[in-house]
This record gives sequence, structure tokens and C-alpha cells, in this order.
Amino acid sequence: MTQSVVAVPAPVAPRPTAPAWPGRRHVLDLDDFTPAEITHVLDTAASMKEVLARPIKQVPALRGTTVVTLFYEASTRTRVSFELAAKRLGADVVNVTASASSVVKGESLLDTADTLRALGADILVMRHSAAGAPYLVAQRVACRVINAGDGWHAHPTQALLDLYTVRERLGRIAGLRLAIVGDVLHSRVARSAVWGFTKLGARVTLCGPPTLLPTGPLPWPATEVTHDLERALAGADVVMGLRLQRERQQAALLPSEREYVRLYGLTAERLARLCPDALVLHPGPMNEGVEIMPAVAHGPRSAIADQVTNGVAVRMALLYLLGGEGA
Amino acid sequence: MAVDGAAARVVMDAEAIRRALVRLSHEIAERRGGAAPLVLVGLRTRGIPLAARLANQLAALGAAPLAVGRLDPTLYRDDLSRVRPRLDRTAIPVDIAGRRVVLVDDVLYTGRTVRAALDALVDLGRPAVVELAVLVDRGHRELPIRADFVGKNLPTHRQERVTVRLVEVDGRDEVVIERPEGPAVSRRNEEVQ
Amino acid sequence: MTALCIRGGRVIDPASGLDGLADVRLHDGRVVEVGPALAAAADEVVLDATGCIVAPGFIDLQCHLGDADHDDAETLATLGAAAAAGGFTTLCCLREGDPCVDDAAAVVALRERAAAETRVRVRPLGAVTRGRQGAELAELGAMAEAGAVAFTDGALSVRSARVLRNALSYSVLTGRPVVEQPCDPDLAQGGLAHEGAVATHLGLPGIPAAAEEFAVARALALARATGGRLHLGPLSTAAAVEQVRAARAAGLAVTAAVTAHHLLLDETALASGPEGWPYTTSTKLLPPLRTAADRAALCAGVADGTLVVVSDHWPRRAIEKDCEYVYAAPGASALESVLGVLLELVARGELALDAALRALTVGPAAAFGLEGGRLAPGAPADCVVFDPEPRWQVEPARWRSRGRSTPLAGHWLRGRVRATIAGGEIVYRV
Repeated sequence: MTQSVVAVPAPVAPRPTAPAWPGRRHVLDLDDFTPAEITHVLDTAASMKEVLARPIKQVPALRGTTVVTLFYEASTRTRVSFELAAKRLGADVVNVTASASSVVKGESLLDTADTLRALGADILVMRHSAAGAPYLVAQRVACRVINAGDGWHAHPTQALLDLYTVRERLGRIAGLRLAIVGDVLHSRVARSAVWGFTKLGARVTLCGPPTLLPTGPLPWPATEVTHDLERALAGADVVMGLRLQRERQQAALLPSEREYVRLYGLTAERLARLCPDALVLHPGPMNEGVEIMPAVAHGPRSAIADQVTNGVAVRMALLYLLGGEGA
Repeated sequence: MAVDGAAARVVMDAEAIRRALVRLSHEIAERRGGAAPLVLVGLRTRGIPLAARLANQLAALGAAPLAVGRLDPTLYRDDLSRVRPRLDRTAIPVDIAGRRVVLVDDVLYTGRTVRAALDALVDLGRPAVVELAVLVDRGHRELPIRADFVGKNLPTHRQERVTVRLVEVDGRDEVVIERPEGPAVSRRNEEVQ
Repeated sequence: MTALCIRGGRVIDPASGLDGLADVRLHDGRVVEVGPALAAAADEVVLDATGCIVAPGFIDLQCHLGDADHDDAETLATLGAAAAAGGFTTLCCLREGDPCVDDAAAVVALRERAAAETRVRVRPLGAVTRGRQGAELAELGAMAEAGAVAFTDGALSVRSARVLRNALSYSVLTGRPVVEQPCDPDLAQGGLAHEGAVATHLGLPGIPAAAEEFAVARALALARATGGRLHLGPLSTAAAVEQVRAARAAGLAVTAAVTAHHLLLDETALASGPEGWPYTTSTKLLPPLRTAADRAALCAGVADGTLVVVSDHWPRRAIEKDCEYVYAAPGASALESVLGVLLELVARGELALDAALRALTVGPAAAFGLEGGRLAPGAPADCVVFDPEPRWQVEPARWRSRGRSTPLAGHWLRGRVRATIAGGEIVYRV
């Protein structure tokens, strides 16, 4: 493979940052979290994980709080994870999915959010296909908003549970090398992970075919971009695979799945040769046999199952930390 | 003698604390009641080293507890709509079902922390009996809670502040009562530690 | 009508190079005299311009009409009022939607309605292709005779190179320019922001700079091949500015424009908009706001006369902007902030005053072959009197335009229009 690209981070104007917990109103992206705030979430999640280990997996901390999940994109695992997290804290939970609601009748996002607030929603957990949608709601509606994924932009709770998983398994984040492999360009998981891991002192390599990587200056520190998989994996402490979607081939971004597997598939052979001790992560759902081989996904270095368990604990931590001050 | 200015006085020094703990351990050992195995559970923050010390005293008497645990009742507090304190670990190494649990705390004041701790215990299992041991009882209960074992009864005014310092946490052993100048101080012993 | 004399101002006329204290006398819709301390005349209205600058009324080569179907849309009256408040006396207007202005009747209809409903000069822009579909030529000759000053298909750049070539070729008989908004639709497909660090951060599909570079190269090649008069709609990249500069230096009769927004803002506005939030839809513009280096090159283009300044005023209704970024309509309300932006750039030392005024007066007049843009005897009686000093904060709620969406909301700009005179009549006065 030829020269890879090391990108120089370009300055990006900062948004007025929220103060450290508990002054934060929303969790929209990790870009405005301080390292201390992220660590605080992870520490809180540890206590929540202990609650999940009890026979009675419930505490009354969020009694009287109404959490509404508003999902414009289908998702079972994330929605159920949030619903369980809220219920474990004693909150009332209502799930709204786009197909079933007035959204289909053409009600705008803001009108829907206003209605939910008027019905008593304190915390809105939103997933939407349009980047920036949760910011619009957070700015205009009086609820707390947690972003459960907005288009290509951000998936902060996924990044937090990835951080928790790595910290739990490897004991630290600072100084680690994380390789994220796959369709980075379209991945909100990758973007949030880069913010989270670099803020806690890790270095990140983004790897994939050139057409699926961000071009030009990068907004993140301590991050490089390369299409050379061997270089990305060599010496990595953590490898994160991203789901490859079929649409990319139709959009003339990739010739075929077959070619992708050959050049970028995370195989047991590649990992054993280049980074045998690396922890393996994947946000799910996986295309086993495409971006990641079953032997790797279910192998001894895989932390994918932990990611799912930790997801509930991390989301409990966020709901607990946001749910204060009478919404 | 004043310690931090504003009329502080030491009501228990290190020796007084040691003697109180010895007496508490005797009382706990004597009141065996039902012979259920004993589990000491320290409440964050300073109840935890106190529970450890009581365990050692009980062992010296030949009445060592079955286990020593730690409990953070924060998630059961009744004031969570106002504050979001940092969470501490809860870890009780044995099943408490059918056991005699003695909760250990440094200061008993309004009783709200103990109420939260009782709710947490209930979710963890069904003990045979739950008792409460405190180093200092300063009065002003707001709930029907009482301590079974008390190191020292300390009548106080609401404006006064009772501070327990322990070697394991603060570097020295003492119990200090202060009356700060200015408006009534908030219930420090119930707040985030 | 009576004569009007503007006294005591600093008269700047970039066309003639005049810059000094002088009076300007207007009569019967024309400039009669310009000179220091003119003798008083009887029956004359005097406008005191002490402490102000007097310049030719601004000429805007690209301004969008409001959507006729909606009650809350911009009308010709509010458009004219906004223009006058911004110092503009001539507006070249296009309609992006229906009814399309693609024949002589529509041109005449627009001119007549504008004459009745506004007090500034409205010059229609006709479509290049029938229905703006990009397939068949519209009746360019008839439209030119009816008063269309140039031809454009608006934000839809003419897709087919063959049709664009034919349009450039055919337009020669009209003597009027073809305006092309240079953005290759294939490369820009789905893009919402400049393809760069901010788009990467915000997860927005990007419009690469190459989309503009490519379209400019195509248009210039076709202009060379046909001898047609090409004008390029607002540019956003350093590369495009350089291409235009080189083409002009080589003798090609091409002109190009830039908006005031692109001279002051860059892509960081998308990450942190007027109230500090990202994804503020008032920052969604076509072409998109690009990098700091592009902005600097655009300012340099205005400074050396390569670019004229247009408002690209696009008065979107609230409902078109009050939604997710991907669904928001592009464009901003601009007429009342153009001067403020340019004078702010002058105050910061990024632009000379003469170059700024040139880009709003003689520059645009020459680009479209329009009368006006100068203050010599015989010129149309179109002037603007403005105080270059006061700093003010942009509050779109107080604008005369019904379009309230602007990426400049809350920004501090400089300079206030005190009076605007069109055809010898005072159409705005403060």
C-alpha cells in the first residue's frame, strides 16, 4: 500500500461549552465534554454496573422522571438499552417510533418534541437520520436531550460505553492506540469515539478505503487517517470494526463487498499477525463475514458482549447525572 | 481549644474515640439476639473505616463478624431532585438474607441517610434483623429512626456543625463541634462527602 | 419634480476617481452638477450630508423575489423597502420557483408590477432555458427586448454543457450576459456544507471545492469558444477567483461576483452560529461558506476588481428555515447587511473603501451594461448617503425585508444608510 495521509488538525470554532457536571443540560456529542466530565460518567457507570449485578436491579433515583425515547430510525438494541436503563432507575418510560406516530402525518420534529414536552417528558432520548436534529430540539424545547445517534454526526453514548469497556478490560485509556476500521466517513460511532478516546489521552488511527475516509483537515487532535490496514493495525491496543452498508456499493464508493473483505476484513490471521493482544470492539449490528470474521467477533479478545452490557450501565449513569434539578 | 477558628471545640479526642469503639464492640457482641451471623455494613464515607475498626475489636473478643461490607445509599436519597452527588461503591461480600446486619455510621442526625440505607438493604436482601451503631448521636431526628449502639450522645444546636475526623480519611482521630458565625449552616452531615 | 441638492458630504465616485467634499445636484431624474460648494438654487430641496459619504446608488446583480404563493413571503414592496434601506437603487431580480420568468410577457409583467409596487429600479433576470429545465433555450431575444438585463437559471447551473454553449452563443445577439452559478450538480450531490474540517466534525455531506472549480473551468472554456458574455454567480473558492483573474488577464470578457456573507464568514459559522449553536440553518448558503483561506482570496478578488459584490438576497420564510439542517432551504436575507459588512471589512483593514464602493457601483454596472453606478453629470439620479462610522448589531427582527434568516444575526457591523435616492426621489430617509 502506498503512503498514508497524516492529517494536521484544523482549528474549529468551539460552541459555548457547558460547565462540568452537574450543570450540563444535554448530551449531544462528546466534543464539548472535558476529560473530567467523561471520567465522571465512567466512574458513575461503575456504580450502576453494581446495581445491575444485584437480584433486584432497581433503584429509585429517577422516580417521578419521565423519559421518552423518540426514534426516527429503527433500532432495537439502543432503544431497549435506554429503556432498561431508565426503568432500572425507576423512571417512567415511553417509546415513540416514527412509523407509529404522528410524524408520518407530516408533523415537524419541533412540533413533535413540543407535544411530548407538554405531555410531561423530562428527558428526550432521540435518534434521527439528520445530523443536528437533537441540537434543534435542545435549543427550542425545554426538555433535556440525549442524542442516541444523529445521521453521520454523533453517538455519544456508544463512545462512552466503548470507553468504559476498554477502561474496564485494559485499566486505562491514556497512551493507548485505537484503530477504527471501516466506513469512517458515514460513521457517527467513529466520530464520537475519536472525541472520547483522544480527550482521555489515546491516539486514534482511522482506516478504510480512501472513498470512505474523511478528506481534508481533521477536526480532532492526535488522529491520523490511512488507507493502509497493515499500518493501522500494527501495534494497536484496541481495534474497532464498523459496519459496512450495502448502499455504499450502489453509490459508486466501493466496487464490491468481496473486495472490501479481501482488503479490509478483520480476520483472525491479520489480527494475530499485527496486534495479537488487541481488544476487539464493534458497535453492532455486525455483518459477520464482511467487516469482521466470526472467529474474531467471538474470540477471546472480543469485548463485544461487554459493550452491550456496559451500555445499560453507561446510559443509567447519564440519565442519573442529567435527571437532577427538577428537569 | 479552637481548631479552625469560629469557636470549635474537641468533644472527643483519639483516646475517647478508641474507648467508645471498644465499648460499642462489647455491646454488639453481648446483644447476640437470635445468634444470626453478624454482618457489619459501613455507610460512606467514614462509616466504612469505623466498621473495619469494630470488626477488629470484635475479632479480639472472639466474636468476629461473618463479613464487613460498604454501602452507598445515594441512589435512595430523598433529595435527588436537588443534588447529584458522586456515587461511591457498594460492596457486601455475602448474602444478607437471614443475617444480622449492623449498619455503622459516624454521625446520626436527621436519620435520612439511615432511612436511605435501609431501603438499599431491603433491595439487597432480607436480613433477619437490622441494627444501627453510630459514633455520635447529635439529636434532631426528622424520621422515626433510632440507634441501637451509640458511642457518645452529643446534644447540639441546629446551627452547630459536628465534624468527625478519622485517621484513615483525615489523618487524625477527633470529633469537633463548631458554631460558625453567620446564618444557620446547612445539614453538613447529610450532604455529599 | 423639484431639484434636490445633497450638500456637504464626502463624495466618492469610483468611476471617475472623485473623492472629496462636494455637493451633488439632481434634477429631472439625472445628476446635474457635482462640485464643491455649489451655489444655491431656488426651489431646491437640500439634503444635509455633513459627516456622511455620498456615493452612487448601489446596484445588485442578483436578488431573489419572494415566493408568490405565500402570505408571509417577501413582496415587491417589502423587497424594494429593504433595498432602499440597504442603499440599493437598482435590483436585478430572479425567481427560482414558479412562475418562471422565461418569456417576454413574464418579463414585462414583472417590470410593470415592480414599477407600481417599488420605488427602486427593478431589472428582471430571464431564464436561460425554458422552465429552467436545462433542455431548450428560452426566448432570449424577446426577453432582452422586453427589458431582461441578463439570463440565468439560478441555483440550477445549466446541466448540459452543450446547452450552456448554445446559450452563450445565442445570447451574443442580445448583447446581454449569461449568468451561470458554477456548481457541478454531480460533485455537489447531497452536499450541505463545504467539504472540510467542519463538515467532517458535524457529519454533514460535503460540497467539494472541486465542484465549483470544475464548473468555472467548463463555463470559461465555453465562453472562450463562443464569444458569449459570461457572468459567474457568487463564487466561494480561492481557485475560482484565480481562474477568473487569469481569464480576464488573458482578455476574456468575463465577470464574476461574491456575496458579502462570503467575505466576512467562513465554515466555522456552521459549527458555532449566531447563538453559539451548531447547525444553525441561517448558515446554510449556496455556495457554502468555505475556509478562511478562501475568504481571504475572495476579499483579494474584490480588492483588485476581479469580483463585484452582490447581495444574493433570498428572503426565506420562517417555516423554510425552522427545521433540520438537511431540510432547511438555503439562502439568507441580505440587502440590509451588505454595506455594513463591507464597511466592517474596511474598518478591519481587509478592504479599501474605494474598492468596496467600486464593487457595488461601477463594477456591477459595467458587468451588466447598466446605466448608473456613477455620479457624473448626466448619470441617473441614484445616490446613497451613508455614515460610515456607527457600529451596530444585526437584529433581523427589525428589518424591512420579510426574510429574517441571516447568518449575521447578532454580529456587529459598521455604517448606516442615512438616505437613498432613486430617480431623483428620496426612497429612504433616516
